[in-house]
Amino acid sequence: MSEKTSKSTSGAPVSVPAKGIQPGKPFHDLAKWATKAPEGEHLISTAFGDKVKEDLKFVHNEPGVHKPDPILVADNVTRRFGGMTAVNVKHFEIERHGITALIGPNGAGKTTFFNLMTGFDAPNTGAWRFDGKDLAHVHPEQVARMGMVRTFQLTKVMSRLTVLDNMLLGAPVQPGEGLFRALVPGLWKKQEKANVEKAEALLERFLLIKKKDDFAGSLSGGQRKLLEMARALMSDPQLVMLDEPMAGVNPALKQSLLDHILSLREEGTTVLFVEHDINMVRHIADWVTVMAEGKIVAEGQPKSVMNDPAVIDAYLGAHANIDLGDDSVMDLKESEEH
Amino acid sequence: MDIMTIITNTLGELIAPTTAAYALAAIGLNIHFGMTGLMNMGQAGFMLLGAYGFAITQSMGANLFTSVCAAIVLAVIYALLLGIPTLKLGPDYLAMVTLAAAEIIRIIGRSTAMTKLTGGSAGISPQDFTTKFENLSPLPDDSTTFLFWTYSNNIANSWWLRIVAWVLVAIAAVLCWRWFRSPWGRVLKGIREDENAIRSLGKNVTVYKMQALIIGGIFGALGGIIFVLPRSVQPDSLGRAVTFYAWTILLLGGAATIFGPIIGSCLLWVLLTFVKELMRGAIPETVISSNQVESLGWVIVGVALMCLVIFRPQGLLGDRKELAFNV
Repeated sequence: MSEKTSKSTSGAPVSVPAKGIQPGKPFHDLAKWATKAPEGEHLISTAFGDKVKEDLKFVHNEPGVHKPDPILVADNVTRRFGGMTAVNVKHFEIERHGITALIGPNGAGKTTFFNLMTGFDAPNTGAWRFDGKDLAHVHPEQVARMGMVRTFQLTKVMSRLTVLDNMLLGAPVQPGEGLFRALVPGLWKKQEKANVEKAEALLERFLLIKKKDDFAGSLSGGQRKLLEMARALMSDPQLVMLDEPMAGVNPALKQSLLDHILSLREEGTTVLFVEHDINMVRHIADWVTVMAEGKIVAEGQPKSVMNDPAVIDAYLGAHANIDLGDDSVMDLKESEEH
Repeated sequence: MDIMTIITNTLGELIAPTTAAYALAAIGLNIHFGMTGLMNMGQAGFMLLGAYGFAITQSMGANLFTSVCAAIVLAVIYALLLGIPTLKLGPDYLAMVTLAAAEIIRIIGRSTAMTKLTGGSAGISPQDFTTKFENLSPLPDDSTTFLFWTYSNNIANSWWLRIVAWVLVAIAAVLCWRWFRSPWGRVLKGIREDENAIRSLGKNVTVYKMQALIIGGIFGALGGIIFVLPRSVQPDSLGRAVTFYAWTILLLGGAATIFGPIIGSCLLWVLLTFVKELMRGAIPETVISSNQVESLGWVIVGVALMCLVIFRPQGLLGDRKELAFNV
């Protein structure tokens, strides 16, 4: 049953061609599902979070496992830098509507894998499909237009443009971005107005609305992360790939970022994120994939994957379950060592 | 020392065709550098190509419209040739390639093998290519005095040329103003700030950079035509120095502003002429010869520019706030 349901829920985004994403028009009409189930099906929980949880419950916790409703499927992706193999992924799937965390020690190849998936880097071998469309050798701008938008580990905001202009650059449809149409404001003013409205709504949600006319360069590191994320959402992407969204963000802002990521899922956006903060991963991820030395060493539910010996070896270390910020734990550790 | 002559000569530079030509070249450079962040170190190449395209077709008997089109087409082809291999690479590659390519054009232009077409290092003399332009003038054949400026109406360094030149500058400024405030300009500025971020938002960066390179190059070519109309087409008069003057003008007026290149051009040439004229008038020939005045003028203007860059790095019209964030 779960598969049937997932198919019908995913029907909406599939039917929308990647190019025709209309700004301001969400391609997932949640309200439709909230009131009635499709004919011949039971009404199960409408929240995507619950659905994904239901779907992933039966998936084995092993590397390269198949998932019921993948949005991104990668096969045999390898990337070598000279003699070093940075990425060597046999098989990897991302569940639609889920929040998938990609974790791993420094140098595990997470960011390189991100770059490969989004076309910023070319792999030595491999093929991957996004929503059934082949993505190998596709340029990054086309990947973005298909509905797969990424952010960067080192936040990239356009410093000498205003926050609002940064947002407007994320709008997928703007006829005024043509060289000649730009000279005739009549052709793009209407779309611009719609884009501004959408941008302001997003800024409002990300608590940046007061900064809208400031230069993006004047924002703090955490605010830049927020701006980058909000900008990525301007195009209503189907899959958002966040590269360390929490790095350098203060705890208060972290909590609101977490809420944003959770609310993304409720709007039907699939999220893949790289993160080092294990507590956060445990808190919000539906599925965790662990990379080490370019390979996927473990996959599974957040609770179980942390206890996988391969993961503990590769990444977490013996004190995985201990909050190192806690002084009493440190004292305990020291006394153990003596 | 005749103060009136100094003032007349100095203010003459304010509306001189050469000033307009440099303003056009700097407007082109502003689209390259100020908007898109492309380091074009060979704007003189675009100018020289435009000048050759215009003058050669004119001397072959083509009509004015065809000649201007020829100049523009040459600039477009040149921009494509420069851009295709370099725009995907970093900004420094474009700087090197444009610098070298502008020199290549100059050296080919002055080579003896090309004497039939370009006139070699002697160039193309004005009677070969300015006649049709002068005949187009609606003004009577006379000379006119306006305020303290007296020029012939139609011949050589004329009022007619001044009018056309400044109308062109005005059109370029209006176009820039529209582009700067359009979504197209916003994408270009985004590319200037961070091209990978723009790529991740689904814009084809290479196409935008190419558009910018071509449009800026076309303005350069038009500037080149205006530059040669009051004199002759001399490959060596459009050498590296011209590129650097255009850069100076742009940074003086303020990059990424609409009127910056125009103000910069007027100010640079007025200032330079004023300093030179003043020295010629005030200092006797026995102390500093007129050759030395020429060089010393540049030295003084250079020092003034250095002060400007140190104390007002954003240029005259730039926004200081924008400089606070170094990328």
